[in-house]
Amino acid sequence: MTAEPVLTVDNLQTHFFTRAGVLKALNGVSFSVEAGRILGMVGESGSGKSVTGFSILGLIDPPGRIVGGSVRLKGQELVGLPWAELRRIRGAKIAMIFQDPMMTLNPVLTIGTQMAEAIQSHEPVSRETALARARDALGLVGIPSPEERLAAYPHQFSGGMRQRVAIATAFLNHPDLIIADEPTTALDVTIQGQILYETQRLCRERGTAMIWISHDLSVVAGLADEICVMYAGCIVERGSVDAVIDDPRHPYTRGLIASVPSRNRRHQRLAQIPGMIPSLLELPPGCPFRNRCELADGACAEPPFETREGGRAWRCIHPVSLRARAIA
Amino acid sequence: MARDLLKDFHQTAISAEGPPMTEVILRRFLQAILVVFAMSLFVFVGIYGIGNPVDLLVPEDMGPAARAEIISHLGLDRPLYIQYLTFLGNVLQGDFGNSFVYNTPALQLIMSRLPATLELAVAAMIISTIFAVPLGLWAGLRPKSISGRSIMVGSILGFSLPTFWVGLILILVFSIWLGWLPSSGRATGTVFGIETSFGSWQGIQHLLLPAFNLALFKLALIIRLVRAGVIEAMQMDYVRYAFAKGVSDRRVMLVHVLKNIMIPVVTVIGLELGTVIAFAVVTETIFAWPGTGKLIIDSIYQLDRPVIVAYLMIIVALFVFINFTVDMIYLILDPRARARMVGTA
Repeated sequence: MTAEPVLTVDNLQTHFFTRAGVLKALNGVSFSVEAGRILGMVGESGSGKSVTGFSILGLIDPPGRIVGGSVRLKGQELVGLPWAELRRIRGAKIAMIFQDPMMTLNPVLTIGTQMAEAIQSHEPVSRETALARARDALGLVGIPSPEERLAAYPHQFSGGMRQRVAIATAFLNHPDLIIADEPTTALDVTIQGQILYETQRLCRERGTAMIWISHDLSVVAGLADEICVMYAGCIVERGSVDAVIDDPRHPYTRGLIASVPSRNRRHQRLAQIPGMIPSLLELPPGCPFRNRCELADGACAEPPFETREGGRAWRCIHPVSLRARAIA
Repeated sequence: MARDLLKDFHQTAISAEGPPMTEVILRRFLQAILVVFAMSLFVFVGIYGIGNPVDLLVPEDMGPAARAEIISHLGLDRPLYIQYLTFLGNVLQGDFGNSFVYNTPALQLIMSRLPATLELAVAAMIISTIFAVPLGLWAGLRPKSISGRSIMVGSILGFSLPTFWVGLILILVFSIWLGWLPSSGRATGTVFGIETSFGSWQGIQHLLLPAFNLALFKLALIIRLVRAGVIEAMQMDYVRYAFAKGVSDRRVMLVHVLKNIMIPVVTVIGLELGTVIAFAVVTETIFAWPGTGKLIIDSIYQLDRPVIVAYLMIIVALFVFINFTVDMIYLILDPRARARMVGTA
């Protein structure tokens, strides 16, 4: 907690100005990541996880726009930075790994070209040098005969291999931070395990901070150091993985944990959270979770403030805890 | 046949690479011959059904004996299938027969006109591609800007204005009012022993107006195609990913986007080159361009069967050749096409 965070996001707000109205994708998101640490970001579809990632990189397409808040990378403010300046940060200081490895690599360019351009966009090195570095990076993520693979095209790779290419590309320029947007969702479980392991190892070795976006709580629980739980464009709870998973305070977090199938609760009905995430076009005032929350009462019509305690925080006026449940 | 299919099946099943390239080319060649053969049969029978060329060729006041002599000289007195088989036998020896009208070999007649049409078509496609790709790229990147919308409005004009009218206006403006370019005819110069319009400045001047006239429609078509491709590609993950890597805007456009949209564009350019060759007749008529378009129209009016059949067979062969070239270019542009094409050819 003493180290200066690599990335500090403070009250970030990203809105999409659509014909149907203003879609508030992010409503004041705040968190920070330290060097060598992995921050897991979980939430259901549409909760704003991916928008957070793209907002950090300044890659929100119109009609979307960051309307407020700040993103600081090692003290440098990124919100409001011109496109050309942001370009120098993208891929060099903050790299990103996308969700679907089938779609992210350009089908008509070789792997070597696509990796070399990531280096050559930021450093005045020759193509040979860039390719040599790309080859070493491919070896590092466990791709056999990397020299030959540089000349191959994406369709000649399996999904898992392509995601390894994306990970190798992300580490090419020794970035301070890597944003991984559900990188293992499209892969099968054994490949997912290998990728998780490789990524974790590389982050630790190189002191790279990482934001791992996922809807899969069990993946994040096994991988991350800290966790942010997102709901309707807000972080409703954040803290160390152990604290949040073992003793959730927000009813939504508790619901998420309860809905993960577990060996200890076989033959029991899986708990589910009733209802759906509210439309971001017309968010009701107050707590966005209150229409699905069994603990909600009249007080929840007021916007919930953030309660901080130790290294964790939650945004609920009726926090739950293991102890509270034990008494009840 | 079934054996062949089975062999195909085994080959694709066993090796992902498919049959070797030479086999693909050979198969394509055989297919082409089959198409040309079928084509000649249809046209031969079709023209036979339309009417008797003798009625058009022979003056009405000619006596029946002279008339019969002409008919037998042209071989028109024999049954249709004999006529066709004779024709086929001659074609195999490189003889497409003599024109009924000019009494010169049909092939020679067409070949004397074909270079003019080919260079007109090629010049038109080059002009339209050179202008259309940048304009389409711009319109696709800024679909809502004034410039982007203006390009689209312009392309609608290119689509909807009739070719003959545009040709006349071009002559009016550039030949009559401004006096910059000649209004009709063709001039040639010799380059590397070939006589062509590209061989002299005068030849190029003569070529410019008809080529632009012919290019206009294709220009509009390719602009729309490129624009649609750019708009689609800009939403693809790989473009966003390229930006996330810090790749410059310029490189994203010219390498990531352009290389992907060139695949449909090359297809259309190839197909359109064929249609431009085949349908240049309006432009050739307006600019008095001595190409095949004029020749084929006259031949159809006069039911000059040898010329029509030979011309159509050459056009079909050209189409097949162009399609094959497009497929070859595919291999360069799209690595995924390699396995696919070799597998299904």
